[in-house]
Formats: sequence, structure tokens, C-alpha cells
Amino acid sequence: MKKNNVILQTTAKVTFFIISLFSIHIFFAGHFAPGGGFVGGLLTTGAIVLLLLAFDLETVQATLPFNFTIVIGIGLLLSLGTAAGAILFNVPFFTHAFAHFDLPLFGDTELHTAMIFDSGVYLVVVGAAITIIQSIGGDE
Amino acid sequence: MINLLLFPIIIPFFFAIVLLFFKEQVRIQRILTVIGLSASIVAAFSLIMKVKQDGIQTLTLGSWPAPFGITMVSDMFSALLVTSTLVITLFVAIYSFSSIGEERERFFYYPAILFMITGVNGAFTTGDIFNMFVFFEVLLIASYLLIVLGGEKRQLRESIKYILVNVISSAFFVITIAYLYSIVGTLNMADIGQKIADIGQPGIVSVIGVLLLLVFGIKAGIFPLYFWMPGSYAAPPVPILALFGALLTKVGVYAITRTYTLFFVNDLAFTHTILMVLALLTIVAGCIGALAYFDLKQIIIYNILIAIGVILFGVSLMNEAGMQGAVFYLIHDMLIKGALFLIIGIMIHVTGTSNLREMGGLIKTHAPLGWLFLIAAFGLAGIPPLSGFVGKLLIVQGGFEHGQLFGTIVILLSSLIVLLSVIRIFIYAFWGEPVALQPTNRKTYKHMMFPTVILVALSVLYGVGTEWIFPYVSDAAHVLLDPSSYINAVLKE
Repeated sequence: MKKNNVILQTTAKVTFFIISLFSIHIFFAGHFAPGGGFVGGLLTTGAIVLLLLAFDLETVQATLPFNFTIVIGIGLLLSLGTAAGAILFNVPFFTHAFAHFDLPLFGDTELHTAMIFDSGVYLVVVGAAITIIQSIGGDE
Repeated sequence: MINLLLFPIIIPFFFAIVLLFFKEQVRIQRILTVIGLSASIVAAFSLIMKVKQDGIQTLTLGSWPAPFGITMVSDMFSALLVTSTLVITLFVAIYSFSSIGEERERFFYYPAILFMITGVNGAFTTGDIFNMFVFFEVLLIASYLLIVLGGEKRQLRESIKYILVNVISSAFFVITIAYLYSIVGTLNMADIGQKIADIGQPGIVSVIGVLLLLVFGIKAGIFPLYFWMPGSYAAPPVPILALFGALLTKVGVYAITRTYTLFFVNDLAFTHTILMVLALLTIVAGCIGALAYFDLKQIIIYNILIAIGVILFGVSLMNEAGMQGAVFYLIHDMLIKGALFLIIGIMIHVTGTSNLREMGGLIKTHAPLGWLFLIAAFGLAGIPPLSGFVGKLLIVQGGFEHGQLFGTIVILLSSLIVLLSVIRIFIYAFWGEPVALQPTNRKTYKHMMFPTVILVALSVLYGVGTEWIFPYVSDAAHVLLDPSSYINAVLKE
């Protein structure tokens, strides 16, 4: 079907990285500004879908050889683990903790357990969305 | 352990996640499912003990103060339901080992069950109306997978209907919550109850009451809204049907009971009369269906309708006997429906058909199955000392105390029809000339009998041991009739 999509493929290779970096930015911005794991995950999925459009399913699967069902599992475990960590300290489920650290290069940085929860969300969104696209696109 | 009330939700969730990593190893999946459910049952029983000892347990997630954070509330009613849910699921899971087939087991059958239980238990426990919507979605999405799992033609056809109906009812649910929020400005159920009492339930709140009845009624299958149920429930294999029939409709019943005892208690003449009329019509519709069909699955599915009508009639009476009866009957019905579905599953396995006309003389080849069915059937109809009796007795007592002669007589007559409908199964399937049976694996039959026998035995114990169980039921009914104890427990800080 597609023969002459050199332009699309070349652009997609570059754009993929720009979108991925932007998704990471959005992911970290998420704590105090709009953004977060869900949107970040969707953006990453968008980047992968762009690759799928430019190339085909087999190429992308060879480039990103993950089992995305397992990605969902890891994401859920991360999120549940963060929320359930509160049980060990006998405070209500989902209670988060944060502190300020003086990190080299970054300076005064606030580290928050909500970040770990959010990265779980990120993985679940990417895993679920790609699994859906793969299973729909996979059987023609 | 202030998080104890969350354990029956978190443990199945955790095991469901872990099972995602073992997609192909069916053995490991089975073992982990049994371990997970057993651990949850232990947690649920200790929760009942805790609630009995210290009263209503509450926990607001993320350490936020009560009306703002999402509160989880475990009173005796929800603790009892959570426990019975887990017990039934454990036995249905064991039953599935030999009956559902490896094909389905490989396609996330056990994770789907556990995710669904997470949703069911969450909906029973949550004290936040929007969070209840979220847990409804969790259980529905897992049930979408379960209903379509296997991809038979009939399943695909029915799942479209099932998904469509539930998506529409979920949309109504969100809209109704938005209405409610725009009036009372809170989502915390205890807070809503208090605010509605403060403003004295104007007409618009009653409208919301009816809308919520519509939403939960679609899930529970009350009178005009049950149209999707007989078809959709009959499509998936029997273990899934047992879970749906025993648990999912009961979540709707729970939600109606909770909202109609906590929110809409200031205009009983309007809201509870509607509930009562619909409950009675549900019973009539269920009776007609239960007698009309010659299909095992359909007969028992229509019996679900009758039970839901009976329970909601008890709730709508809003007096002590009626409410105790409703709670007692609700748990009885979960156990006995689970058991009955498993039994007809064995009958279908043995005869290879679910059409009563093609069965006969099973008592000659499968005598234990026949007696088991008879016990379960008597339990369902409420023959003392089996478990259906006490609940119905209390509901009838409540009905007469309330002065509802007509409704109560309908309940009593419905018992006879229930008995007739199940005895018809017994007569057609077990008596008469034996029909030639396909040779079936005797070992599979034994494996299927084991969890079924235990479930029937539990329901018999539930009836015989009423004396010990009753204090718990009476506690549950007490909280339902006295919403202030629920409200105080949540908003104490």
C-alpha cells in the first residue's frame, strides 16, 4: 500500500524523540502544574503510534520488544505498592510522603512518593494503549 | 491496623496484578487465585469481628479530613456482604478449575475474576458516591471481559447488549451524581445524608432518588429494567453466570439499599412507595419467567428477579423486622444462587443440554446430585430450617407490621411459585425414564461436585445456625435504620 513515504518516515524518526522528551517533561511537570502520568503516558503512546503509521507493526515490535501486558502489570504493582506503603506505617492507605533534598546539579529538589505512583500510571497507560492498538492493528 | 477494612479490596487486586505475569502458567494461576481469595477471606472475617467489637470502621484515604477525602466505610452490612462475596468467589474459582477450560484460563480468566471482586468489594465498602461509580466501572469492565471470554457467537451477540445497557446506565449514574452534587455540594455519602436531612428533601432530591433507582435498578434487574438480564446472563459459561447471578445484581441491590436508607429517608411516602411497587412487580415478572421456561439457566435467572423483589420489598418497609429480613435474605440469596448455578452447571455438563425436556432419570445415575439439588431447592423456597425461611419470615413479619397486607401476600405466594419452578426442574431432570447420556469424565464430575457440596452445606449452616448469625444481621439492620450512626462514624473528627 505505502511505497513512497520517505518524508513521513524520516520526520517520524525525529519527531518520535521530540514527543517522547516532551512527554517526560509533561510527566515531571505534573505535580504542581497541569500534566502527570496519564497525559505523559498518552503522549508517549502517541509517539509510538506515529512510528506505527510511518512504518508497520512488525518493525515497531522489533524496535520496542516489550510485552506490553507485563508493562501494565509492572505499572499497577508500582502504583499499588506506593499506595500500600502507607499500610506499613499504619497511616491511611494512599498517604504520601515528601521531603526536600539538596541534589547535585538540580539543587534543592522536592522528592515526592506521588511521583512513583504517577510513573506506575504512566506505565499502565502506555501498556494498555499499545496493547489495544497492537491487538486491533494486529489482526487484519 | 487502621487499614484493615481495605484488605478485602487490596488483596484480590494485588493477586490479580501478579496473575498478569503468569499468563501461560495455568497451574500457578490457579494456586495464586486460591491463596489470594483465602487470604482475603481471613481478612474479611477479622473485619467482621472488628466491626462487631468496635462498631463502624472508617478510613479516609490519603489522610485527608473526612468530607473532602474519599472515605471508606465498613459497617456490619458491608462487612457481611464483602465476606459472602469472597466465599462464593473462592468456590466458584475452584469449580472453574475443571469446568471452564484451559483456553479461557489462559486468557486472563482468573485476573478478570479478581479484578471484578476488587470492584464488587470496593462498591460495598466505599463511603463516597463518586468512588462508588468508579468501583462500579471496575467491576463492569472486568465483567465485560468475562462475558465475552471464549468468543462464542452467542456471547458476542449478548455482550453487545450487555455493554450498551451498562454504558448507558453508567452515563446516567454520572449525570445523577452531578445533579446531586449541584444541590448538596458534597460527594461524601454520610455528608450527603446529613445535608439532605438539613434541607428537608425538596422535590428535586426525590427526583434524584428516582434517577438513582433507575441507575441501580438496571444493574440489579428490577421490574421494567431487567429486560437485558435473562439473555446476557445465559450467554457465558456457568461459573461466570454463577458469579454474575450471585454477585453483580446484589451490588445494585446494595446500592439501592444504601442510598434509600441513608439519603432519601425524609419523604418515605413517595420514594419508598415507588420502590415497593417496583419490587412487587419484579416479583410478579420473575414468577412468570420462572414458570414459562424449560431452560435450566433461564429458570434460575428469573429466580434472581424474584429474590431481588423480595429483598427490596423488605428494604422499602423501613422497619426493623423488614430490614433484618432483607439483610438476612440478601446473604442467603447470594449463597444459594451461587450453589444453584453450580448445580445446574453440573447437570448441563452431565446431560450436555440445558433444555429440561431433553433430560430425565438422572437420579438413577447421579443420585447425590439429585439430593443436593433438592436441598438447595428447598433452601431457595424457604422450607425451615433451611436458610431461605428466616429471611422471608422476617420480611413477612415486617410487611404485616407495616400494614402492607397485599404486598406481603404476594411475597408468600411467590414462595410457592419459587418452590414450583425448582421442583419442576427436579421432576423433569431427575424423575422419569433415563435418557441416554453421553459418557462424561467421572473425575471432572467429582471435581465439580466438591465446591458445590461445600457451598450448599454453607447455605444449610447459614439457615441452621441462624441463632449465631442473627446478632450480626441485626447489627447491620440497625445501622441501616439509624443513618445517624453511620453519619457520626464518618464525620466524627
